[in-house]
Parts: sequence; structure tokens; C-alpha cells
Amino acid sequence: MSDSAQLRTFRRGIHPDEYKNLTCHLPSQTLPLPDEVFIALQQHIGAPCEALVAKGDKVKTGQKIADSAAFVSSPIHASITGTVAAVTSFPHPLGAKVPMIHIKRDGDEDDWELLDTPEHWEAAPKEVLAKLVREGGIVGLGGAAFPTHVKMSPPADKPIDHFILNGCECEPFLTCDHRNMLEDTDRILKGMAIMMKILGIENGIVGIEDNKADAIAAMEARVTALKLNFKVQPLKVKYPQGAEKMLIDAALGRKVPAGGLPMDVGVVVNNIATALAVYEAVVDGKPLIQRMLTVTGDAVQKPGNINARVGTPFQDCVDACGGLKDDTAQVFMGGPMMGLVQYDLHVPTLKATSGIVCMQASQIKNTRHYPCIQCGSCVSVCPMNLVPTRISRLAETGKYEDCKEWGIFNCIECGSCAFVCPSGIPLVQWIRVGKVKATEQQQKLKAQV
Amino acid sequence: MTEENLSQAQPEQPEKPIKPVKPKKDPRAKLYKPETPLILSSSPHFHSPNTVPKIMWNVIFALVPTTIMALYYFHWSGVGLILSSVIAALASEMIVNRIKGESFTVGDGSAAITGLLLALTLPPTFSMGGAALGSVFAIIVGKHVFGGLGYNVFNPALLGRAFLQASFPVPMTTWAWPLTAKYAEVDGITAATPLGLFKFEHVNSALHGLIYGNIGGSLGETSAIAILVGGIYLLIRKYADWRIPVSFLLSVFVVSGIFWLISPDVYPSPVFHLFSGGLMLGAFFMATDMVSSPITSKGSWIFGVGCGFVLVIIRLFGGLPEGVMYSILLMNAFTPLINRYTRPDFFGEVRA
Repeated sequence: MSDSAQLRTFRRGIHPDEYKNLTCHLPSQTLPLPDEVFIALQQHIGAPCEALVAKGDKVKTGQKIADSAAFVSSPIHASITGTVAAVTSFPHPLGAKVPMIHIKRDGDEDDWELLDTPEHWEAAPKEVLAKLVREGGIVGLGGAAFPTHVKMSPPADKPIDHFILNGCECEPFLTCDHRNMLEDTDRILKGMAIMMKILGIENGIVGIEDNKADAIAAMEARVTALKLNFKVQPLKVKYPQGAEKMLIDAALGRKVPAGGLPMDVGVVVNNIATALAVYEAVVDGKPLIQRMLTVTGDAVQKPGNINARVGTPFQDCVDACGGLKDDTAQVFMGGPMMGLVQYDLHVPTLKATSGIVCMQASQIKNTRHYPCIQCGSCVSVCPMNLVPTRISRLAETGKYEDCKEWGIFNCIECGSCAFVCPSGIPLVQWIRVGKVKATEQQQKLKAQV
Repeated sequence: MTEENLSQAQPEQPEKPIKPVKPKKDPRAKLYKPETPLILSSSPHFHSPNTVPKIMWNVIFALVPTTIMALYYFHWSGVGLILSSVIAALASEMIVNRIKGESFTVGDGSAAITGLLLALTLPPTFSMGGAALGSVFAIIVGKHVFGGLGYNVFNPALLGRAFLQASFPVPMTTWAWPLTAKYAEVDGITAATPLGLFKFEHVNSALHGLIYGNIGGSLGETSAIAILVGGIYLLIRKYADWRIPVSFLLSVFVVSGIFWLISPDVYPSPVFHLFSGGLMLGAFFMATDMVSSPITSKGSWIFGVGCGFVLVIIRLFGGLPEGVMYSILLMNAFTPLINRYTRPDFFGEVRA
């Protein structure tokens, strides 16, 4: 395979089974309007929003119902037309109960309140476009949900020269980005062009793993047809290629400094779905209230890719795919590598929910745990070049100062180390504990000084 | 065990009057039926099929060619030594498990490896009782005193051998010709190893004998080719870090080569060094022991080079003809230090 040998990628990483053929060939289906939605006020990284509506208010689809004065935050919009039933705490996919706006649908109408869009985005000044990205409530839809308008306004001392569109979708099971690239190729590319116009840069790269040959072909064809100056870059399949820092390394060969951000090497990375959401906000005037997500896994009767309104309960999404099998044992939001496990299906989807993966009991291995035998597998796969077993042990024994010295804050929690660990040690779990504790310790020290 | 204890302990507790908890009215209770309780876990929820026992049994599998050659050359003395050593290792592992009150760890294969490796490093004329004693020492002192699997500082099999060497110095250095060798017909059954021959009598041995193993030496050390077959299997399947045998053998070759170039009459050739004694077995199966070798790639290089350097020094200038055991044990002691000072640079890290 001389072809794939030349494909770009990053160093280390793993090759988990993909399970993408469950859904990658299935066109997306739009869910009927849900009877009720629960819209969390914390949808994104940054400051949570304040509700702008109260119980009993009538809201239209796309109406702004929550916002925040903080810069690193993003407004939230009603995803159905209806009446606010409550603004109170409900179970959130992250585990705790958080404030949400509970909207019940009135009748069957779907009245939109659209954003004020310019006639031709090409002619509009970039400030107008940037404002639309913020007002549209656009956040990174790859999973982290970082407000996109913040990425669109880098500080003056960080010149940006490259835009990378992230079409890697390296998590097993998930196929929504893949379907989006096939079904909405033009709008994604135009959304990318809008973001590049805001940033004022010319160099655009679309990074796609080469297990999505049809998406690569579609993207290449449309880039040529639309006369865009983008480069479609096929990448060797490897997890976690979709992680920002890995993708920049793979596509451009630039290494983001430890503790730094992509903008430190002049790059902005955005997800496929984010580009689509930007196009819909800027051209169609539709704020981010719907997204594609993959409902899949062996425990789902009819796995598929669905377009669902933000705030639709997981149960509704799963029911639309034929419901769950009897021996369902685990449900994650997101893929199996970085996804969050759910304890029930009352929780609503978030803007950044890219998939609901349901596993049968037979799929879950109850492996015995062994002590670390120093095999070094975790070291040989860590894309951030850490020594996971050491950090995990230091965190376990409460040596948080040493954790920092061994680079605990560089960990991106991709899970490659715990995936390969023959002893079944929950390395990522300990590293997460260590991060929290080390931060606490730092703050305590600061408070003492 | 703990779960059982809990479930047994709970009913015995004095029953407190339970306050009836009023279920809060959940507006969605009608809409959603509670599911069967879902299993909670921390990401990643996927794991590779690789496990500790799988690694261990693969190492044993890789030792099969060497074991077969040992049996071929040394017949029943080989069978007796291997069986007594392995059985003693498994038995002492079980006894320690019982004393520590933990579940049996015999199935993970690590005790069997220790027993087998120890037997393969013993002279064929060694007594079965002595082999068993060495195994017991290797498992109890070499492994479990340090905390069991994963915590031992030294390679247990080599520690067991060092114990036997110190306790029975004469039987440990009395060698027999393989029964297939023509010398076996000669009256004197005992013979010196090629290394001993060179060191003490300045006799060169033929290279083909070193490669096929039809020479004097320990059970599993004589046939370089059998060890290579198993060792390369380990490297291909990634059950051993390739850097360790490569750097070990390279450094032996280079260091002994320097001496050979200085004075070919006094010092044996580097090729002779590579194929004689326990070097092959040590480089592929002893030094690569995951627990007692460094975890970082830079550390593996340092470890291998260190082993090779110490080995040549012992072989050329020490009182013993062979130094594989001591060179690896010495570098085992350095492993924690090597690990500490070979932290890889983080992704994107620029060191000041």
C-alpha cells in the first residue's frame, strides 16, 4: 500500500475497531418535532447563560431564550415553538442536575424567528458575519463545544494563517460528520469560507481520514466546482486524529506548544458540523437548534443518523431508531473512547451531542484488573507523549506536585492509554482525578500567599 | 471477596426505622419508564483484547523452541529440571496467594515463566531439588517480598539463579556436554562452556556449534537459533520492547569489538561474544522482562547499552566466565532511576 504509506498522520495513537458500517451508509432522517425539549443553560465551555424567559412564556423556534454577558459564552435558542413549562434543574448528560429551560410544544406549527442576515454574505463586512456567528449560538460541535465566535476573534498578537476543517471523526461508531460531508457538502464548504472570511485568511485545509473515501471524493469534487482554494487532505486512519493538536500535526506538521492553543501556531480548527451551523446561521438565518447525531450501537434496534432538535430527550432519539434491545447495559453520549456514560435516558441532547451509543451487556467485558507490569504500552500510544502509568500512579498516591511535573495538564483524555492497558487500569480516570486535585492544590497555595 | 462481605454484613446491622420517602412528582414520570439500571463507567469504554495473562502465555509460547532444544540436547535431565522448577514456582505462588489472602494468580502465567526461565539457565547436571529451591526463592523473595507481580525490582528468575550461584557455586559451574555431542562418548562427562574454555584455557570454539547449541552450557542457553526464533516472535507481536535486545546485543558487539581490535589474541571476537553463554537468552527473555526494565524508549536504550557494557567487562575482566545474570540484575537496580530521568518530552514541549 504505497498510497496509504504517504498519507499524513500524527505519531503514536491507536486503532480501535470502527463499527462505522452500522450507520455510515444510512442517509440522515429528520426526527418529528419532539413534544417537549429540555434546553440546558450550560451547553458550552465558558460562562453558563441566564434564562431570558420565564415559566408560561410563549417561545418561537429560534428565539433567543438565554444569553450571557461573558465573552466566552454563547447564546441559546428555543428549538421548538411552544410554552416554557419550567426553568429549573433537570438531569444533564454530564451527570449532575443543571438548570434547564423546559419547553412544551404547542400544536404542530414550527414558527421560526430568524436572525437578521445580510443579502449576500460575500459582500457583508466581517464584523457582521462574526456577530451572526455569536448570535446564532454557534459552538464547536465536535464535542468540546467551545464558542466559535471566540475562535473567530484571535488576539492581535496571534496571526492566523491556516484554517483546518476537521472531518476526521476518529471516534468509533460515530458517522454524523461523514453523512454531513456527503449530504451537505456545499453548505459545509461555504460555511468554512465564511469563517475564513471572518478570519481574513486564504489557506484552507479539509482533513478527512481515508476510511471515508466517498466523503473525500465529494469534498474534492465540490471544492473544484465551487472554485474554492481549499486543499482536501486525506489522513491515515488513526485515533485520536480528530483531536485538534493531533490534526494540526497531521495536516500541517506544526506542533502546538505544550499548554498552548492552536492559534499559537497560526491555526484555527473547526468541525464539519460547526461549518454547517455557521452557514445556516449566516445565510439561512437559522440559529443552532438542530444537529445531526448518530444513534448506534448493538443495543439499538435500527441504528441511524438523525437530525434532532437540541434538547430532545435521549429516549425520543432512541425511540426514533426502533428503541433499545432488552439487554442494553450502557449508553454513552459521544463515542466509546471519550463519551460520557448515562444513567438514564431522561437527559436531553446538547448542541455538542454527536452521538448516542448504546451497548449490550454481552459487549461489555468484565476484565480482571492486574497491577501495572510496566509494559510501556500506554507510553507507546500516548499522542501527547506522556507516561500515563506514572501520572496515574502519582495521582493515586496523592502526589499532585509530581503529577504536574510529569505533564498531567497536557493530557487530552483521549483514552488511548487505558484502551491498550493489559492490566485494565483506569488510567484516564486517575488522571482526571489528579487534574482536579492538582488544580485545587494550586488554588489553595495561591490563597495562602 | 469484599462485595460478598458487604452483602453478608448488611442484614446483620440493626434495622433502623426507614422514613417513607415521598417520591417527588416528576412531570416526565408518565412519559418515561425507568430503564434497567445502566452500567456506569469512566471513558474509555472500549478496551483492546490484550491482557496480562495473554502477554505472559505468549512469552511462554516464545520459549517453546528453546525448551524443545534443551530437551533434545539434554534429555531427561532437562525434563527433570524444567518440571521441578516450574512446579516449585507454581506451588510457591499458590502458597503466597493463600498467605496474602488473595485470589490465585497462577493462571496469569508469570510464575510459570519465572520457573521455566530459571530452569533454562541451570547447568544440565544440576539437581532437581536445587532447581526447586531456586524457584521458591525466585517467587517468594524475588517477586512477592517486593509486592508481587508488577512490583519486583529484579528479574525473579535471575535473582533465583543468583541465589543458587551463591549457594552452590560448584554445581552451578559444572557443565555437561549435550548428549548428542560426540564428546559425550568420552569418559569425562563434564565439560567447560565455550566462554570458560576461552577464559581459562584460551580455546576457541567453532561458531556453528554456538549457533545450533551442540556445546557445553546451561539448558536453554546453548542454541542461539532457537532463542532467536522465539525472541523475534516476541518482538513482532510486541510482547517485548525491541530496543532492549537490539541495544544489548549492539553494545556487546561494539564494546567487545573495541577490545578485539586492540588485541585479537587476548580478547575473543565480538561474534563469539554474541553467540556464547547466556547472552541470547538474557537479551531476548531476561532483560526484556517488562516489570524490571525501563518504561520509556530512551530508557530502554540506556538499559540495553548498560547491560552490554557491564556484560563485556565481567566476561573480560571479572572472575567469572559469564556475566549476563549480573549485568541484567545490576541494570534492573538502575531501572527506577532511568525511568525517572528519561521522561519523554511532551508533545510540543520545548525544554529550556
